[in-house]
Amino acid sequence: MKEYFQNIWYGFSTIMIGMRVTFKHLFVPAVTIQYPNVKLKLPERERNRLYVNMNDCIGCDQCARACPVSCISIETVKSIPGEDLGKTSNGKKKALWVTKFDIDIAKCCFCQLCVFPCPTECIYMTDVYEYAEFERSSLVYNYVTLTPAEIEAKKTNYAKLEAEKAAQKAAGAPPVKPAEKEENKQ
Amino acid sequence: MIVYDFLYNIVFNITQSAVAGDITAMVISAALPLLFLVLPFAILAVWLERKVSAHMQDRLGPMRTGSHGWLQTIADVIKLLQKEDIVANDNDRPLFNLAPILVFSGSYLVFAALPFSSAYIGSNIDLGIIFIIAASGFVVAGILMAGWSSNNKYSLLGAMRSAAQIVSYEIPTILVILTIIMITGTTNLRTLSEMQTGYFWNWMIFGGAGLSLSKFLFIPFMIIGFVTLYISTLAEVNRTPFDIPEAESELVSGYHTEYSGMKFAMFFMAEYANMFAVSAIVSAIFFGGYQSPFGYLGNTLGLTWMVPIEQFLWFASKGIFFVLVQMWLRWTLPRLRVDQLMALCWKYLIPIAFVNLIIVGLITVL
Repeated sequence: MKEYFQNIWYGFSTIMIGMRVTFKHLFVPAVTIQYPNVKLKLPERERNRLYVNMNDCIGCDQCARACPVSCISIETVKSIPGEDLGKTSNGKKKALWVTKFDIDIAKCCFCQLCVFPCPTECIYMTDVYEYAEFERSSLVYNYVTLTPAEIEAKKTNYAKLEAEKAAQKAAGAPPVKPAEKEENKQ
Repeated sequence: MIVYDFLYNIVFNITQSAVAGDITAMVISAALPLLFLVLPFAILAVWLERKVSAHMQDRLGPMRTGSHGWLQTIADVIKLLQKEDIVANDNDRPLFNLAPILVFSGSYLVFAALPFSSAYIGSNIDLGIIFIIAASGFVVAGILMAGWSSNNKYSLLGAMRSAAQIVSYEIPTILVILTIIMITGTTNLRTLSEMQTGYFWNWMIFGGAGLSLSKFLFIPFMIIGFVTLYISTLAEVNRTPFDIPEAESELVSGYHTEYSGMKFAMFFMAEYANMFAVSAIVSAIFFGGYQSPFGYLGNTLGLTWMVPIEQFLWFASKGIFFVLVQMWLRWTLPRLRVDQLMALCWKYLIPIAFVNLIIVGLITVL
């Protein structure tokens, strides 16, 4: 009999305790945020979408080789003598036309291994993390700044040069080009 | 009542036919609680439920549709209206289609005898409270029908649990109501509310009107009765912690697993209508029904037409208050096991209600 009333009291009092807890929480400010409107501050060393600043890229292919999942594919064409490709922001002279610089961000594992080898610090991670797409193909980012026609032109120019060289080689001793000389001195 | 007479007189003056007046007034006054109470209340309560649960869990709940998501339920209703009405091949088609209608009409039937204000009561029958108990038992048939015709083991299990639960918990409900009937000597809810007029110390929870010795002796037993009634009615409407018939984690969602679209919406609306109905019954029995706790503004200002409106607002707010307590309990307590559910009913509530009945009976004799 004593146990019976104890049970009733125990049940009743614990319900009251529980109700007090939930009532208190009714006035606790929400811990969730209204996501697309309000965003959480990202951690200091967050790793998100890759970005390539093509003005600084020298086409050295080191990022592509560092990538463990092979999501970066780079193709370059050598410049022909007399073409000025400009300089990178840290003073390096560009020598290659980058004709293809694709990052398949769907494959990217955000390891950041491509960022460290870059001699000009032109590939880096941004704080963009909302880039969902409907098509998987739209996740292959194309960073090349040259137009397809320009790429074609560069390729044919280089092919012509090669052909000339081959012709000269076949003809006799190859003459040293002034442009190459200068570069060797540097 | 006044509403009915008012409608009857309008139609009678136009058509000069008593039958036409009667039928029109009846249909319109029968539809009034559906249009002005059940539907808006269901919409409000679903939204409230989501907001209350969210804030109790330190979340925000719906925030996008309208300010603080108040349009969310309306959007949901529109979505439900557009949904495909699926009837599987193995369902018992006639029963399957009939069940939601039965469940909803069963819970709407309760509203017929609820005294919304002194000017409006669907049907002022003398057996009001008995009628309400009988009508809410009607829901069991609909739930069993839904579970059986779904041809799904989870639905059937849910329906059987629900039937067992409602049938068991009707007993403490009736025992508590019986104690009140014993004191007041009436089963008419309108008379019961009128008896608790005046100020809040005339409410049944404080022993009813008058200033006799028995009034003060009643108070502790009235509180016990109120708690018992509240728990057992909570179990009758299948709400957490007594939601084993639709236990999401065990039975998908019980007897309405197979329903979609508007049929599902009818079950849903029946649940919320039931919540309000039992809260209204509790407030009508113990908390003065539509009576204001401290007099009416209409009487003070000398505007007597305002009194019924105030009474309706008091009735609705008392009902909504108890619905909020139901929600509060829902988000506080975990679900009971089947054996715990039965133990609570047969070992605790029924003996308590019975002893309460006997003691109150003895006090009444005094």
